[in-house]
Parts: sequence; C-alpha cells; structure tokens
Amino acid sequence: MEILMAVVIGILFTCAVYLMLSKSILRIIVGTGLLSHGAHLLILTMGGLKRGAVPLLGEHAKSYVDPLPQALILTAIVISFGVTSYFLVLAYRAYQELGTDNMDLLRGNESNE
Amino acid sequence: MNSHNIVLMPVLLPLLTGIILIFFRNIKVQRIISLLSFIVGIGLSLYLVTAVHTNGILTLDVSSWNAPFGITIAADMLASILVLTTNVIGFSSLIYSFRSIGTGRESYYYYTVFQLLIVGVNGAFLTGDIFNLFVFFEVMLMSSYVLLVLGGTKIQLRETIKYILVNVISSAIFVIAVAYLYSVVGTLNMADLSRKIAEIGQPGIITVIAVLFLFVFGLKGAVFPLFFWLPGSYYAAPAPVLALFGALLTKVGIYSIFRTYTLLFYHDIDYTHALLGGIGLLTIIIGVIGAVAYWDVKKIIIYNIIIAVGVLAFGISLSNETGTTGTILYLVHDMIIKAALFLLVGLMARIAGTSDLRKMGGFIKDYPLVGWTFFVAAISLAGIPPLSGFAGKLMILQGAAEAKAYFGMFIILASSLFVLYSVMKIFINGFWGAPIKTEAVPSKSMITLLGPAILLVAISLAFGLGVEKILPYISQATETLMNPDIYINAVIKE
Repeated sequence: MEILMAVVIGILFTCAVYLMLSKSILRIIVGTGLLSHGAHLLILTMGGLKRGAVPLLGEHAKSYVDPLPQALILTAIVISFGVTSYFLVLAYRAYQELGTDNMDLLRGNESNE
Repeated sequence: MNSHNIVLMPVLLPLLTGIILIFFRNIKVQRIISLLSFIVGIGLSLYLVTAVHTNGILTLDVSSWNAPFGITIAADMLASILVLTTNVIGFSSLIYSFRSIGTGRESYYYYTVFQLLIVGVNGAFLTGDIFNLFVFFEVMLMSSYVLLVLGGTKIQLRETIKYILVNVISSAIFVIAVAYLYSVVGTLNMADLSRKIAEIGQPGIITVIAVLFLFVFGLKGAVFPLFFWLPGSYYAAPAPVLALFGALLTKVGIYSIFRTYTLLFYHDIDYTHALLGGIGLLTIIIGVIGAVAYWDVKKIIIYNIIIAVGVLAFGISLSNETGTTGTILYLVHDMIIKAALFLLVGLMARIAGTSDLRKMGGFIKDYPLVGWTFFVAAISLAGIPPLSGFAGKLMILQGAAEAKAYFGMFIILASSLFVLYSVMKIFINGFWGAPIKTEAVPSKSMITLLGPAILLVAISLAFGLGVEKILPYISQATETLMNPDIYINAVIKE
C-alpha cells in the first residue's frame, strides 16, 4: 500500500513541478496546490498505513492508527490554505495593477521600472 | 505559576501586543503600544539571558506534558542571545518606521504584522520541536509576505509573487523532510530526535534527510545555489522592513542549520559538514561578485547579506569549538550591523531621492553625523580590529586553521577586502565629492531616522570593545552546541 502511495505522490510532485515551471500565474498556483497535496499525503504515508481503528478512544479497539501525522497534516493544511488564499488574492491584485499574468513579463529591475 | 514560564514570554508578549493592536485605529496609540511592548521585550530577554547564564538551559514543557510527548520550549544561551538581538533590532526598526513608513501603510495593520513577525522569529529561536519550528517559520513568513506587499506598488506586487512562490515550495519541502524524519526516527522533539539518531548512528537515509534540511534552511537563508530570490525580493521592501528582513529572516535559516547540524546530524561530518562548507565558500564568492558589481546602495548591502550568510555557513561547517564561538559572535554582530546599514542606506536614499549611487554625492557637508555613523558601520562590517566584526571573523579563521581549511581562510580574508571595497564605494561616492541638490529632511524626522541607526552602531561598538565581557556567555552557548548531551539532558528529564 505504501508503495502505491509513494508512486502516486511522486506523480503529484511531477505535475506540481511541471506546472510551477510554466508561465501563467494561475498554473503556478495550481502547481503549489498539488505540491501541498503531495506533501500532506506523504506525511500520512510516512506515518504508516497499518490497519487500525480511527483514533477515537470510544472505539475500544485493540490498535489505532497513528494520530500524530493526522494532527500534523491538519496543521499543514490550514497553513497552506491561508497561504494559498493570500497568493490567489495577490495574483488577482497583480493582474489588476500590472495587467498581465505572464511571469515572463513580470521580470524587471530598477532600469525598466 | 511555573518560574520557567519566562521562557515563553518573548513569544507571548509580541503576540498579545499584535492582537491588541488590531483593535486600535489611532496610529499614535499603535505606536506607543508597540514601542512599550518592545521595551518590555528587551527587558525580558535581558532577564532571560542572565537567567540562562546562572541556571543553565531553561525549558518549559507546554501544558506540563513531559518532554518527548508535548511541545518543549527550550532556551539555551544561543537562543536567548538571538532573542535579545531580535528585540533590539525590532525596537530600532520600529522607531525608524515612525517617520518613514507613511500613514497609508501604518493604518493598515503595519504594527500588528510587525509584532507577528517578531513572534515568528522569537518562536523559531526558542522552540525545541521540529514541527513547531515549521509552524513558527510559517508565522514569520506569512508576516513577511504581508510586510513585503503592504503598500501595493508595482514592484512590491511583482516581487512578492516570486518571494511567496519560493517560500511555498521550501515550506512544502520542509513538511516532506519532517515526514521522512518522522518515518525513520518516530519522534519530533529535537532532543529526543538527537538521542534516537545517535542510537542508530546516522545511516545513509539520515544523511539524505540532513541534506534535505540543508536545502530547506538554505533556501530560507539564501546560500549559494538557492539565493536567487533574495536580491529582487528584498529590493522591493521599504527601508525599515528591509532592515528587519535583512537582519532577521535569513539568520533564522542559518540558526536552523546551526541547530540541526550541531544537535541532530553530527555523525557523518565528512559528508554533510564538508558539503555545507563548500556551499558556504561558493556563497561568499557569489555575494562578493554582486556586492562589487552594483551601483545601487540597497543592492550592495543586500549582496553583503549573502556574503555574511556564506561566512556563517562556513563557520558552522568547521564544527570545532573555536569556529563555533566565532560563528556565534559573527552571527550576533552581523544581525546588528546589517540592520544599522539598511537603516542608514534607507536614510541616504531618502535624502537623495534615489538609491542610485551615481546620483549621490557630498552628503558629508549637510549630514556629517550620518556620514560618520555610516563610516563606523562600514568598517565594522569589514572587521577592522577594535570593532565588532573582528573578533568573530578572527575566531572563524582560527577555527579554519585548526581544521586545516586553508582555502576557506583565504576566501574569507579576501572577501573581507571586497566587503570593505563595496561599502567604501558607498561612503566615497555618497559622502565625498561635489554636493548634489538634495531633498531636505526635517530635523525633527532626523532624530527618529538616524537615532535607531546610531543606537545600533553604538551597540555594535560596545560589542566590539567589550568582547571579553560577552565571551563567557558565548562560550556557554558554544558548550551546549558542541555537547548535545547538555541539551538532551536539559529537555528530557528522567
């Protein structure tokens, strides 16, 4: 099961890298979304995918799945949610102000300000 | 009330201040509250340094869950000193903001975000848990995104997009690295991690994870192949924000490398530390090329950050006692002097109305105090003996000699020469020569604009002249770093 997950996460990372290397800002943001999905799935996989009850003590099971990676993922999800929404609004503002979503046209230094 | 709760205060105080500041729209009130908060913060962190000096490492198990199971906040000497430095720099940068940042930015939660940035930096220095370090990194980075874009000019929007993208990627890789480490070792507390890695004796996979962490923290700290985002992004920020970024953000990355490479990954030094040393030297070379090439005062100092990061990375890689002491001395010196230089350069750009060095000249006639403050800061940066940059670099060089890294010694000595050239270029072209027509800065503003820079340069002077007084504190920090057992025994009480 972990092998299958590793392959899927690898595909997610590949897609993320491909999208982040493209020109349009929106594609880049989609890429960051895929990258964080991959990272979160990786925490889950690396915590172990052994069978067990959901981590609720009311279940009275013999064994539970590891609760720690789930807490880590929950933290990482809200953080990346915050950053992504900020990034999206920033891209919107940049589109309004600069009139382009093409990263090639967002180059510059003080000389072509 | 546990007496160790003091350890958490440098994080809680700016957090509470930041929350309180949300509710006040009056800018005067905001300024006074944030100023008071920093004065209390400096007092607290001074107390923390003395407390750590007398009692050894102070730890706080949050909510009284014992060490490997809960989050532990651990203040050793290095973290305490850096927290104190952070507060001093925050204080100076805050005063500088009063007359330079503009009411437009101030009324949109500038001071709140300012305080939250300090929360992130102090938290990252004090935490004893690797995932908590990630969270504090994010607190710091989120605040830095907002501070960088606040104002919404075109250059800020453009550069913030790049800055966010780079940091989103590095944060994702941080999460991945933590996931790998958790799957190998099965714990997140740094002391416990160190103990368990020592038990399994750093197999190949741990070395891979060590390099992954080097990649993450190197991206935050701008070492050689990963520095590309820094010159453009930092260039967009207004002067007080730039001083905060230049002094604090990259140094948090360096601190994290320092912590992980002395506490966790010290079993395969031949590979990891040699890699770090090589990267450090290449970083110095790149920084020197940039610092010499540009005719823009902000760009020159920005590339000087990269040089300092390289020197620090090389110092960490030596992993002997002299080198480590030197690195800590140099780290503190560099944080203070970079903040001072950015404030001074910001003032110069304000006087001239441009940051292009070729359009400046003759400031010494109208602004002698600015000129001489800059001169002292500049030679201190280069490491002229009585000043603060000297002792650290000397000890790094001694450490390099002990480790027989003669090529590294040569690069560092040669880089000092170019650093001196790059800042003297600013001094000679900006302050000497024929005076140009300048915008008159009102003398009332000059007090708040120049005052913080003079304060920082004075601290740096005292730091340079009183190295012997400070050395016991630094050696205590070195002792903890060189012997991970001290840290482990302080955190995990059995």
